[in-house]
Amino acid sequence: MARTLNLRIWRGDANDGGLKDVKVEVNEGEVVLDVIHRVQATQMGDLAVRWNCKAGKCGSCSMEINGKPRLACMTQVASFDESETITVTPLRAFPVIKDLVTDVSFNYKKAMEIPAYEPPKDLAPGEARMQQVDVERSQEFRKCIECFLCQDTCHVIRDHEENKKSFAGPRFFIRIAELDMHPLDMLKNRKRTAQEEHGIGMCNITKCCTEVCPEHIKITDNAIIPMKERVVDIKYDPARMFAGLLKREKRS
Amino acid sequence: MTANDSTLQREKYDVLIIGAGGAGLRAAVEAREAGLSVAIICKSLFGKAHTVMAEGGAAASMGNVNDKDNWMVHFRDTMRGGKFLNHFRMAELHAKEAPDRIWELEMWGALFDRTKAGKISQRNFGGHEYPRLAHVGDRTGLEIIRTMQQKIVQLQQKDGREFGDMESKIKVFAECTITEILKENGRISGAYGYWRESGEEVLFEAPAVVIATGGVGKTFKITSNSWEGTGDGHALALKAGANLVDMEFLQFHPTGMVWPPSVRGILVTESVRGEGGILTNSLGERFMFKYIPDVFKDKYADNEEEADRWYLDQDNNRRPPELLPRDEVARAINSEVKAGRGTEHGGVFLDVSKRIPAEVIKKRLPSMWHQFYELAGVDITKEAMEVGPTCHYVMGGVEVEPDTAAAVGVPGLYAAGEVAGGMHGSNRLGGNSLTDLLVFGRRAGAGAVSYVKSAGANPVSAASIKSAADRIEAPFSRAGGENSYSLHAELQEVTHNLIGIIRTRTEIEEAIVKIADIRNRSKNVAVSGGRLFNPGFHLAFDLDNMLLVAESTAKSALLREESRGGHTRDDFPGMNNKWRQVNNIASFDGSQVNIKAQPLPVLPKELFDLFDIHELEKYMTPEEIAKGGSN
Repeated sequence: MARTLNLRIWRGDANDGGLKDVKVEVNEGEVVLDVIHRVQATQMGDLAVRWNCKAGKCGSCSMEINGKPRLACMTQVASFDESETITVTPLRAFPVIKDLVTDVSFNYKKAMEIPAYEPPKDLAPGEARMQQVDVERSQEFRKCIECFLCQDTCHVIRDHEENKKSFAGPRFFIRIAELDMHPLDMLKNRKRTAQEEHGIGMCNITKCCTEVCPEHIKITDNAIIPMKERVVDIKYDPARMFAGLLKREKRS
Repeated sequence: MTANDSTLQREKYDVLIIGAGGAGLRAAVEAREAGLSVAIICKSLFGKAHTVMAEGGAAASMGNVNDKDNWMVHFRDTMRGGKFLNHFRMAELHAKEAPDRIWELEMWGALFDRTKAGKISQRNFGGHEYPRLAHVGDRTGLEIIRTMQQKIVQLQQKDGREFGDMESKIKVFAECTITEILKENGRISGAYGYWRESGEEVLFEAPAVVIATGGVGKTFKITSNSWEGTGDGHALALKAGANLVDMEFLQFHPTGMVWPPSVRGILVTESVRGEGGILTNSLGERFMFKYIPDVFKDKYADNEEEADRWYLDQDNNRRPPELLPRDEVARAINSEVKAGRGTEHGGVFLDVSKRIPAEVIKKRLPSMWHQFYELAGVDITKEAMEVGPTCHYVMGGVEVEPDTAAAVGVPGLYAAGEVAGGMHGSNRLGGNSLTDLLVFGRRAGAGAVSYVKSAGANPVSAASIKSAADRIEAPFSRAGGENSYSLHAELQEVTHNLIGIIRTRTEIEEAIVKIADIRNRSKNVAVSGGRLFNPGFHLAFDLDNMLLVAESTAKSALLREESRGGHTRDDFPGMNNKWRQVNNIASFDGSQVNIKAQPLPVLPKELFDLFDIHELEKYMTPEEIAKGGSN
């Protein structure tokens, strides 16, 4: 069943690099990560690639395969035409370290900027009561394996380094939504800060993030759109605007 | 940068934690909340640790689904599952503290699945008498790791508000490999390693080190473990003068994927059986009824009718034999395949499609459905899965003091989670690992805190730095030496073929010789390319660790002339109650691993009395029974 595959791999570092063609054996049922490992073990001992579980559960082997953000461990070689050359390149939204490995520290910085979960003050351990239906909304977002493919594909930052400062990205919009929908979270104003500090307003709901999510989380429909709607409710609600005006008048 | 450079990166902390899985992160939280500064070393990116792979759940006797459950029942199940080779004190602490550790996660934001009454739901699992596993679908490990990752961020945000720098007191160092634990004057002083990204070196100075590096699966060919499971902590501890206890006990999880070859070994969660999945051979026979050992006959159904009734009425029926402890199920599958009743690809069938409606399967086992559909082209709501044993977990590990998780013989060194030994005896029950991480991660953190407060700093000497740095530089200076990838593949063949699921004297002896030969050749590993993110270079160091693990396993396996839990000797097929009285203790003399037998701590009277005497008679000698516990 073995055949030879034409694989094109981006090799290089922060300074320089380019595509290298290799021929590599491929067997039935193999995924792209398998052939990359074979190249590593037999032809390029120092080929850099991140991976951990090889089962689609850890989100480490994110890369672009024929230009599309994907997990290499979940991409079957057989899903491409036999005559097709498969091209693997590093994630484009993040700076290259070496070969297929990029510097994804942007995401960890953003994670630290999202205010943490705040439990009710007088709730003792073991006393929480929540209904399954109420936890399920947040559970969908907690399926996220932090592969950062949604961040990579998001056009707000993909080719716009300048937006990174003020834009947390889809991964962290679902984190905010998850906390906002958490039945016990006590922190107020998560929707407002999503707009004012994390840049949810810059998203124009093209759903690219939802398309690449390997966990099939409905990022746009279930997290971003409801958050945007609620932000609108709060910020542009005529009654609240009027109340705000009165408050301001009182102060002056 | 090398040791001789004044540019060597030096980091100074009160507590250094090696490993950012469940145990490491729980230890970090404990140490930081006690006011100390903490460094967390992650071999991969933060949040990718092997804990994310845990699927089924975390065992804790909260009694939310069946209120008859309590710590004593959990303790008994754990001891039975480990065939009474467990360190009783670890099993006791674990059973008592597990519920608090789960509720604590909930206080940190975890969202477990719920019961109708709104409490944390609990599911059935092999070897657990009552539904006991807190779970989130089949991605419980991910929930636990993410909750603790976010708890760490919460602590960092608090420090940010107080000290103006979020990373001033607790910092995660990602993609860093530790190559050596350093000691001065017989006590821990820190650790040395390199950044995987840049290849440059780093020194961590800390009077206490917590090892929480997980398992050793990559030593074997077919494994459910990720690349990180290379036994780093086991080897680091051995080299630092600690002991490893009972390294012959490896858990082969009964259900790994077997087809296609590229996914061989990937875990199929035990929840599939907990939810009603049955095992059949190529003749369509539900074979597990033939493999119920005497010690479990009163707890497991010997006919299909009763086994099926159990799912509806657990009080009046015995459990289906598919839910026997993992070692029993793995051996049964192995025997069926060997007898020629296996599937086309050398496994057996595991089927949920005929018993559970498709939409329920997708809801309760979402990642299994996904995994089989995308990797094997199998729709588990319609077809059976093909499964077979896969190396999953090492029961053996660093010998520790149960209450503090302190490594025996090395002041300042602590170990928790899979890398620590004793808790699970000869076989771990599913679900006990996640709570083991939490219970002993917390205890290791607390142990390190009290040690640091009394012992104070212990500076690293220039000589220690130089020898650690020289070792890292060596593979680059060799030309035309051995290839680390080939040596790793060779080691995996040896372990798989000679010290795998079924063992025998001649094969173990052959393994010992072959492992020594590979170890000898590994001293001549050469690395191509530079230091920048170079996996060939990384593997050279991981390989060294796996070789020490394999040597410890092979030598312990040779000595133990009986079959128990995760150690099966073809030439000594039964359990031998004399062997239950000893642990095999591995130590390292600088050139090789040596094993000595050490008496097991005796069960104290109050724990002894929790068991039916007739059950204990199956495991203990008449003299032990007569004594009736230590007091």
